[in-house]
Amino acid sequence: MIRRYSFGNKLKEFGDFVLLLCRIYLFTTQNHTKNYMIWNPNKECMSRDEMSALQGKRLHKIVEYVYHNVPFYRNKLQELDIRPDDIQTIEDINKLPFTTKKDLRDNYPFGLQAAPQSQIIRIHASSGTTGNPTIVGYTRKDVGVWSECMARCLTAYGVTRDDIFSVAYGYGLFTGGLGAHYGVEHIGASVIPAGTGNTEKHLKLIRDLGITGLACTPSYALYLAETMDKLGIKKEDIRLRVGAFGAEPWTENMRKEIEERLGLKGYNIYGLSEVMGPSVSYECQMQHGSHICEDHFYPEIINPVTLEKLPAGQTGELVFTTLTKEGMPVLRYRTRDLCSLLPGTCDCGRTSVRMGRIEGRSDDMLIIRGINVFPSQVESVVLSMPEFAPRYMLVVDRVNNLDTLQVQVEIRQEYFTGVFDTPAAVDKLEKKLAAKLKSVLSIAAKVQLKAPNTIERSQGKSAHVIDKRKL
Amino acid sequence: MSNYFNPEFETLSRAEIEALQLERLQTTIRQCLKNEFYRKKFDELGITPDDIKTLADVRKLPFTTKQDLRDTYPFGMSCVPLRDCVRLHSSSGTTGNPTVILHTQKDLDEWANQVARNLWMVGLRPDDVFQNSSGYGMFTGGLGFQYGAERLGMLTVPAAAGNSLRQIKFIKDFGTTCIHAVPSYVTRLYEVMKEEGVDPRRDTKLKVLAIGAEPHSEEQRQRIEQMMGVKAYNSFGMSEMCGPGVGFECPEQNGLHFWEDYYIVEIVDPETLEPVPDGEIGELVLTTLCREAMPLLRYRTRDLTRVLGRTCACGRNHIRLDRMRGRSDDMMVLRGVNIFPIQIEKILMQFSELASNYLITLTTDEENDNMTVEVELAQPTDDYKQLQTLEKEIRRRLKDEILLTPIVKLVAKGTLPVSEGKAVRVVDRRKVYQ
Amino acid sequence: MSIHQLSIFIENRSGTLIKVLDVLKEANIQIIASTIADTAEYGIYRLICSEPMRACEELMKAGVAVAPSEVFAIEIDDQPGRAAEAVKTFSEAGISIAYMYSFLLHGKGILIFRTDNTELARKIIVDSGLRVLCDEDLSKIN
Repeated sequence: MIRRYSFGNKLKEFGDFVLLLCRIYLFTTQNHTKNYMIWNPNKECMSRDEMSALQGKRLHKIVEYVYHNVPFYRNKLQELDIRPDDIQTIEDINKLPFTTKKDLRDNYPFGLQAAPQSQIIRIHASSGTTGNPTIVGYTRKDVGVWSECMARCLTAYGVTRDDIFSVAYGYGLFTGGLGAHYGVEHIGASVIPAGTGNTEKHLKLIRDLGITGLACTPSYALYLAETMDKLGIKKEDIRLRVGAFGAEPWTENMRKEIEERLGLKGYNIYGLSEVMGPSVSYECQMQHGSHICEDHFYPEIINPVTLEKLPAGQTGELVFTTLTKEGMPVLRYRTRDLCSLLPGTCDCGRTSVRMGRIEGRSDDMLIIRGINVFPSQVESVVLSMPEFAPRYMLVVDRVNNLDTLQVQVEIRQEYFTGVFDTPAAVDKLEKKLAAKLKSVLSIAAKVQLKAPNTIERSQGKSAHVIDKRKL
Repeated sequence: MSNYFNPEFETLSRAEIEALQLERLQTTIRQCLKNEFYRKKFDELGITPDDIKTLADVRKLPFTTKQDLRDTYPFGMSCVPLRDCVRLHSSSGTTGNPTVILHTQKDLDEWANQVARNLWMVGLRPDDVFQNSSGYGMFTGGLGFQYGAERLGMLTVPAAAGNSLRQIKFIKDFGTTCIHAVPSYVTRLYEVMKEEGVDPRRDTKLKVLAIGAEPHSEEQRQRIEQMMGVKAYNSFGMSEMCGPGVGFECPEQNGLHFWEDYYIVEIVDPETLEPVPDGEIGELVLTTLCREAMPLLRYRTRDLTRVLGRTCACGRNHIRLDRMRGRSDDMMVLRGVNIFPIQIEKILMQFSELASNYLITLTTDEENDNMTVEVELAQPTDDYKQLQTLEKEIRRRLKDEILLTPIVKLVAKGTLPVSEGKAVRVVDRRKVYQ
Repeated sequence: MSIHQLSIFIENRSGTLIKVLDVLKEANIQIIASTIADTAEYGIYRLICSEPMRACEELMKAGVAVAPSEVFAIEIDDQPGRAAEAVKTFSEAGISIAYMYSFLLHGKGILIFRTDNTELARKIIVDSGLRVLCDEDLSKIN
């Protein structure tokens, strides 16, 4: 079943005719699951040869574009003695340098931006590894491409303009909220910008408005289910049928539990703001891997240590090159996410390559309530406050399906003075640290002050983290 | 570049505005009558669209109230099929039925246009950096300004509310030239800037502030302008109309221009519902002229204001209204959030540890507007930890309901004044409506 | 005209209090009065002892977060109503009491407290002729 054709004016009428036939077919068969709808079959169902040719053409263009507009990339390419004309096919990508989170940090805030400021209409930010966040600027065209990718994703889930879709990702600088939001509007469904928090009201709207779609983190979906139980709302009372879950790792068991308790079908959505935001890849009805919008984001899997490219099927670090981005294009950006690209084609009709579940990270990043947290961010805050010893511990847990973050710090003996003879004074210090942590982490952390020398000295990589979640 | 974002509409003469309004009113009425609610109202009043021949005939039309929106919850006010709607906003709270506002794609486009027009009016251009420090999600201040600023073509930073240290970092790092926030938050930002040794004049590129969504006095505005060293323009909006964008000050700062190509503005006596003469304070009543999904006829905003004039040195002949002077109901507006006392009462009454007497006090402390909820304990206790936990839980539940975290004070039974007759539940000590 | 109180940060965890008490025991320091202001996660243990400055040093050596602060110690007769009179003297002058605790010493009641205005409190004490203790009074207990 094909929803929309757009290949050339001559064929448009034919496309409309096919669309009409499809609608008649759907109507007569009463098939409301609409299993095989595809938003943009032109791109999503391209033959491999056509896709490679398109990718090669776009790669050449983007390399030329960053060469002329981003000094950072020009220097890097010149060091490697590469000219844009050396990049003609997609295989030539192997010649290009990698980009890392550190490069983004070193060029904070706008150093990697390719488009002039007047062309940038939106800024999002994701966690940096220290006090500075990672800043991504979008042009109007970028926001359009993003909406297009989101539309492909939602259509793959079977969402149509008849749906009422609630977006319960955080709004603001985080890409989850506005990203999903623009996509829902783009396909013409009604979007409910629920945001995070206020779960009881959200549930009331889900029930009263007959909301059919939900975008949120999988753990929040379970928290919704729990709150439903508490309020005595049964899954028969609500009409949810599609869930777009992502921004944090989740398991097949969690999927089963969410589907069972909310009475919907839950799909994975993947994305990262350095590349775009949600909808870099998405599951289809087959739910066997997530299709990558590879006409916009070219994926590679590498060995994170040797940086060697790995063949399909092998697990390694996922690397993306943005092929069409204007605001802040990235060449071979190392996501640090570990996964594999699935070999073979999918029964849904899409030919775009699929990625498997994220199996881990090649760094120490944590994902807490869908937000990326680096222990080094906490470190930068603790080190900036002389009241605390340079030791800290992040304790992550999941209570009632909500992630919690506790940051333990030691009060420094010489800073513990006579003013701390009341809890109020200690609370004030706690609050000061909590505010600084929030400004850097974007999520609230509970500060726990410890007596001097009570936090174990760290040895090795994960010594700053106790993750009690069982994922 | 032109001084006007929509010169063809902004610079209309009074006669042209009124002709356009009549034309659009007639279209709006036809749109409204697609809906059962308005059909019934018209039948009750015995009027038909043909009875509206002049703009003055608007007075023949029925009023619409917030209660009407609640009674028709969730979709009873919709004039288009749901599949044509692309957005829904809803008022806060779980008490009673919330109000639901629907938008078609065209409604969103018109809304973004109004906001862009306002921002252009105060001198913002595509080269500017717009930091939106307003809550996102269901609260219309976030998405409303986001779409409008993007429409204008500015670099738009969806900073959202709170997290002052990060806001200040972004203002400096991104070269932010305009912030939109509620006035009390601007003063909060300034305080944190002071603590951090940041001088807005020296260390930032700010040139314009857009403030609104909560009542503030002219003195408060001037204080904000002195603190930040830039002009602060008053913005008016309400989700029933769309959100922010309905009215905005021009550089003359002599009242809010309400866009009469989008709304018919009336000021009525809240008791008799008769129009009051220009210059006299009354309740603002708005009729939407461009909305498809949920047009509203003569919507009673409950906001009190007055007409200041219908022409302006800036060249726009759209009606100018005074800043909001108060409310004709018991709604409180704090930090941009609308709160009814009943919402707070309902939450407090869910705690068996609490007695039924409570008092809400609104104060301005060092420029911050705060709400304190004092409530009596049912039983005395000496368990400090338990009190702490109870206080925390009340705060959390209130935050879920009213989106703000008030200061909660647990007091012993018999501490709060007992009023004779109608209980006084709210004491407003802020200096906002003066 | 004031005495030194030790304020000690202790986590709400078993073993933290005993660590502090053990240090004092080893140093042969006598505890005269103490109270804990507790929250859900930690407590501030306030302590009046025989040699506050030496106790403070010993505790610091043991790595405890401790700090001396000055508080007033007023001696009153051990009779009903005396505490009320003493506190009234301050409240009438507009001074708030941040915290207070008490104990008996040689048949006299001792009120330990801190106010929000130390200077004014000092003046009130002098003017009203209230009897206050100093560190020496406590070190001579044995």
